[in-house]
Amino acid sequence: MKDKIAEKVLLVIALSAILSLALITFFIFQQGVPLIFKAGLGNFLSLKWAPTRAGFGILSMIIGSLMVTIGALAVGIPFGLAGAIFLAEFSSKPIQKTLKPVIELLAGIPSVVYGFIGIVILVPFIRNTFGGPGFSVLAASIILGIMILPTIVSISYDALLAVPNTYREGSYAVGATKWQTIVMLLLPAARSGIVAGIILGMGRAVGETMAVIMIAGNALKIPGSILDSVRTLTSTIALELGYAAGDHRAALFACGSVLFLIIIVLNIVAIRITGKE
Amino acid sequence: MIIAGSTSVQPFIEKVAEHFMEKNPGVVVNVQGGGSTAGVQATMNGTCDIGASSRNLKPAERALKVTLIALDGIAVIVHRDNPVEDLTVEQVRGIFSNNITNWKELGGSDKDIIPVTREEGSGTRASFEEMIMGETAISDACLVQDSNGAVREIIATTPQGVGYISVGLVDEREKAIAINGIKPTLANLITEKYRFARPFLLLLRGEPAGACQSFIEYVLSPEGQEILGSSGLIPATQIAADR
Repeated sequence: MKDKIAEKVLLVIALSAILSLALITFFIFQQGVPLIFKAGLGNFLSLKWAPTRAGFGILSMIIGSLMVTIGALAVGIPFGLAGAIFLAEFSSKPIQKTLKPVIELLAGIPSVVYGFIGIVILVPFIRNTFGGPGFSVLAASIILGIMILPTIVSISYDALLAVPNTYREGSYAVGATKWQTIVMLLLPAARSGIVAGIILGMGRAVGETMAVIMIAGNALKIPGSILDSVRTLTSTIALELGYAAGDHRAALFACGSVLFLIIIVLNIVAIRITGKE
Repeated sequence: MIIAGSTSVQPFIEKVAEHFMEKNPGVVVNVQGGGSTAGVQATMNGTCDIGASSRNLKPAERALKVTLIALDGIAVIVHRDNPVEDLTVEQVRGIFSNNITNWKELGGSDKDIIPVTREEGSGTRASFEEMIMGETAISDACLVQDSNGAVREIIATTPQGVGYISVGLVDEREKAIAINGIKPTLANLITEKYRFARPFLLLLRGEPAGACQSFIEYVLSPEGQEILGSSGLIPATQIAADR
């Protein structure tokens, strides 16, 4: 009897998670999609964003989001992968036991703190060293790259550990060095886990808002170099929602719909890749 | 009692509300931001008791009862080390439309100008566009921040920066620039020599009554107006007296 009750309660809780996801999805699309049809796809995918004067083009923000995300991956993948390889293959148990929680702690730092560090240290550094306003694609990429490190490191680390030891022993037995074993055997064997980690990190980079608003400068113009300011989809929503009304508000929900689609696609890809294992 | 709306009005109303609550221990005044448009909407649908707006109402919003409490000047600010002291309206337009891009052209050092503007929908931006930009559009190349404080922070830390904020919020870390030779001082604002000022309005859905009425009366009382005046605004009663 007790088991039955517990089962039903847990079922209701599990269903409520699905229900809230369904409601959020419905709400975002219901608020945003009508505007896309009203404004027309041509207007929506143009460069002119002036939502109080019927310009609803979000192309520069889509490009901005992509640039910042690619930049974050360019920083996050090499460092994240290197960290995971070191942890899984080169470090002793005590080092693993200290380092892994420390890296995972990075995920617990609020994004506003990352943004603040960016404003106080990184932005002036970039401005004084490389020129430009400092609030830039580069600043956002570096900060986001650090923010997605814990995701990439811990998932890749788990994937590397999941490779059976017999692989390593077999490799050493035929005379391969440790480095050859890692590059030619372990990384390909752990590939699906590593790619999933990268895609989840990518999802976080696309969705990050606060830190990006603080350090990207948010200029609407498409950046000509990584030292120029950039505006992402998430920044636009957060910057403008407070004052938005009518079509402007709907346009922000349309931005949200586009973001939602990007995240869904990324997650489906991640699930597909890990599922093949 | 909930007051919601313009983030430009918010810090000033908070100050007045503190004094009001000291005098009226039974009343709790809760001051929220959200922006002028949000304030107008919240007043119309009743989610707040008093709305705050830093722009004049649009025709569709005229059903609300409006009380002018003060005028706020908009100052163009630069970093305190910037040698530029004075700009014409045309030069300011040139900067924000990205036609003037180097401080050298304005008598400063040979450095790129970094203009900082407010986001679409902001009351401060709307006033700046209306009073200074005119028909000229603000360039996409400008950095965008979503509050007076954030703009001020960037200007205070960026030697090449230029932005615009409420006169009352300019502090010693930045420098307010004279426009057409006239500094945005209190005296110049009251005498209307400095023309770039916008109204701060409190909005009510119906006729004032109860706590809302006493709050608005307090804001317009000599004491309330003194608080606004000492924070850098031009109190409404002073404007009436001077005109």
